[in-house]
Amino acid sequence: MRVFRVYAKPGSEHILTLRDQMQNALTGHGADFVEIRLEESDSSRIQYRAREIEEIGRTSGLGGSVRAAVKGGWGFVSFNDTGDLESRVKLAVEQARAVGSETTELADTEPSVADVPPELVNDPGTVSLSEKKDRMDHYNDLIWSTPGIQSSTVIYGDNRRRVHYVNSEGAAVDQEFVHVICYVSAVARDGGDVQQAGFSIGSLGDYDLVAGLDDEIRAVGKRAVDLLKAPGIEGGERTVILDPVLAGVFAHEAFGHLSEADHVYESDQLKEIMVLGRQFGQPHLNIVDGGAIPSLRGSMAYDDEGTPTKRSDLIRDGVLVGRLHSRETAAKMGEAPSGNARAISYNHPPIVRMTNTVIEPGEASFEDLLEGVDDGVYVRNWYGGMTEMEMFTFSSGEAYRIRNGRVEEMVRPVKLSGNVFKTLHQIDGIGNDLGMNQGGGCGKAGQSPLPVSNGSPHIRIQNCLVSGA
Amino acid sequence: MADLLQKAREAGFQQAEVYRISSQSQPIRFEANRLKEATRRDTSGAALRVINDGRLGLSATTDPSAEDGLPDRVRELTPFGAKASFELPGPSESPEVEIFDPAVESLEFDAMVQTGQALIDAVRKDWPDLNCSASVSRGVHRQSLANSAGLNVDYRQTSYSVGFGGELVRGDDMLSVWEGFGASRMFTDTDWMVQSLLQQLEWARETAETPTGQVPVIFTPRGVSAALLRPLLGGFNGKAVMTGSSPVGDRLGEKVIDELISVYDDPTIDGAIGSRPFDDEGIPSRRMALIDQGVASNFLYDLQTAGRMNAASTGAAGRGLASLPGPGTSVLDVSPGDTPYADLFLGIKEGIVVERLLGAGQGNEMGGDLKANVSLGYKIEDGMIVGRIKDTMISGNVYDALSKLEAVSDEAEWVYGSLRAPAIRCLGVEVAAAG
Repeated sequence: MRVFRVYAKPGSEHILTLRDQMQNALTGHGADFVEIRLEESDSSRIQYRAREIEEIGRTSGLGGSVRAAVKGGWGFVSFNDTGDLESRVKLAVEQARAVGSETTELADTEPSVADVPPELVNDPGTVSLSEKKDRMDHYNDLIWSTPGIQSSTVIYGDNRRRVHYVNSEGAAVDQEFVHVICYVSAVARDGGDVQQAGFSIGSLGDYDLVAGLDDEIRAVGKRAVDLLKAPGIEGGERTVILDPVLAGVFAHEAFGHLSEADHVYESDQLKEIMVLGRQFGQPHLNIVDGGAIPSLRGSMAYDDEGTPTKRSDLIRDGVLVGRLHSRETAAKMGEAPSGNARAISYNHPPIVRMTNTVIEPGEASFEDLLEGVDDGVYVRNWYGGMTEMEMFTFSSGEAYRIRNGRVEEMVRPVKLSGNVFKTLHQIDGIGNDLGMNQGGGCGKAGQSPLPVSNGSPHIRIQNCLVSGA
Repeated sequence: MADLLQKAREAGFQQAEVYRISSQSQPIRFEANRLKEATRRDTSGAALRVINDGRLGLSATTDPSAEDGLPDRVRELTPFGAKASFELPGPSESPEVEIFDPAVESLEFDAMVQTGQALIDAVRKDWPDLNCSASVSRGVHRQSLANSAGLNVDYRQTSYSVGFGGELVRGDDMLSVWEGFGASRMFTDTDWMVQSLLQQLEWARETAETPTGQVPVIFTPRGVSAALLRPLLGGFNGKAVMTGSSPVGDRLGEKVIDELISVYDDPTIDGAIGSRPFDDEGIPSRRMALIDQGVASNFLYDLQTAGRMNAASTGAAGRGLASLPGPGTSVLDVSPGDTPYADLFLGIKEGIVVERLLGAGQGNEMGGDLKANVSLGYKIEDGMIVGRIKDTMISGNVYDALSKLEAVSDEAEWVYGSLRAPAIRCLGVEVAAAG
């Protein structure tokens, strides 16, 4: 283990490593389960608004949390002052004791001991701030090279986060993550009509994310201006083709959230509805999720309960075959933990989350998907998406009319909605061109944005509910 | 606290400001009808903002041992920073706003548990199949601000919130209902929340076919909050005005929506979540009309955007620890109209009620786009609610919809304790549904 912060007890002659100190604090608590997390972070951000730089900043963070379980009840405390871990443990155990009246159930896992270095391609930490700024200056200038731009936003951010984890079962996992994100948008305006276009991208440990974006950025500027002249369309049910980025968002919203077992594990009715073996889509549909899928924004070796991650089949041949678990939901449902307990930071307890969620590619070419679509919409790129129970919605960043099998004029971006019990069956074409969307963060239970990725090939959905635009 | 400011002075910055927060919150969470988790969060940190050679720099940390390094870090960043268009303000008189209640600070754990459990038990008496969750939270937040112009102010603020809801599953048909309230002072009346949940459940008992096309839409106060206010007020933010990307940025003094609507930003309302004596740059709070009888009357400015627009800060600055302040709303207060709530439904042959939305705000909001899935809404038939609508989307433009107003209810209601709004009936919203 690499020690880069050493804690010394006042008056003590023994200097303990961080891990020793954390492990010592775990003893003698009388709880069913205790875990401690300490986290250090260092972030840089460069942000432009219109022609000028708006903010350039560097922030460091230190904080920790303790979570304890007693008789099925949980206590959780978080703090920035990491000096007295023993008393934090005591408080968390007291909280748990005040809550619990049942039985603590956690799926068995082999306690992991590991020190996982960050996955790095081109470490943003080795690039000077002025070099980063020069590059972003260039991109912001590029947006403004399109005549008719009213405003722009360019945001660059990188973040290094080191997490130390120990629990009362003997797990001791240190992990470090480096994330890079970039968001670009352009605004065009004609009187009261304001239109915008943009994109959001991210990478795990690779500053090269922001290399060579000239063409994409010019296109954003042009699209914002062109949108002012683009017509709207009427809302209703339509045949839609989703590009890999938006289809990735679809996978996340349409199915990912409902596969999170914390929605299901305490409800007998939901367990019945979300029963393994139920057909959710046509046999060509396969959806997986996993932190063990490497080199993506949601990739990690261990989740925030120290459980090794894996790659989980959620839908195989159209049939529900698995779901995402924490140790508690796995135990209560009698299934295996999947390594999906994640916390956005030390400030929050781990909850069941997605990692990298992917619709596996099929065989259709883009032309195959277009064939036979007499009147439809080709939707690309994304603003966001949300899920509530069986209903979900996701918003496109670009939309084009499809007529007689051909992609034609751009229209104003639409939002799309679906219902998990219907819409997955309505996917009737799956492309062969897998692409990943790494520009997103997921929000759940006040924890946002959690780094996740999602991906898919182009997919075609029949009778998808599309908003007017 | 004087320490870090002193160090910044010694480091030679022309202007410097130290912003410091320290918060403690204690939420408890109920899941599957019983208490599940008790949490305590202690958060603290400091941010140093400077103006040097006309440029802005900021660095922040939650690590007390890293505070000494902030001046050096800021020195590295500031030459790259934004041009400052303002000077840090000196002391000035702030209004008294009630935002601290000792009863919240001393609230017992057991009392919070009882409150949450009582809500769940009350609604499950009538709806035993409802799978309920709840949260009850209390918090104390302290923040202080000191700068080289002699400002040295702080306040303490309590917060207390109660929220609860449930999920009902009938085959593949699921319903999620929710109610909640928050305040900076203690409240004990929660019975209305039970009534609200029962009302939602009752109205959603049947599923109705969505009327599509341009039909009358009633936005409940919660629906007004979810659907209308954000796209409407995005254009009133000083940043949008400054960059010319606001649809109303050059229309100050002009009528932009129906005259029945007035919207105030008011951080001086006692007890509201979001109230404060001064903003996050130390500018005193005041009640200010953003829209006065349909006319765009003020924009929201912090010091930087105000400086760029040759205006004065309106006390609208908000900030997170790690970023520069920016303008935003505090507590929104939408004036009531003159139509009794029940009369809003009169004469509607077919229409919908919008209560909660899914995916609002994820789109071209700045342009006033109003597009979302109606996650909780009802069908109106012959002036009566006849059931829940599902798989339904609305779309329109908020400026357009609020110019096609039909009525505004004569009572404004608090929505989650942070804004107050009446119900609004309008045309100009397109409704689409899956068959």
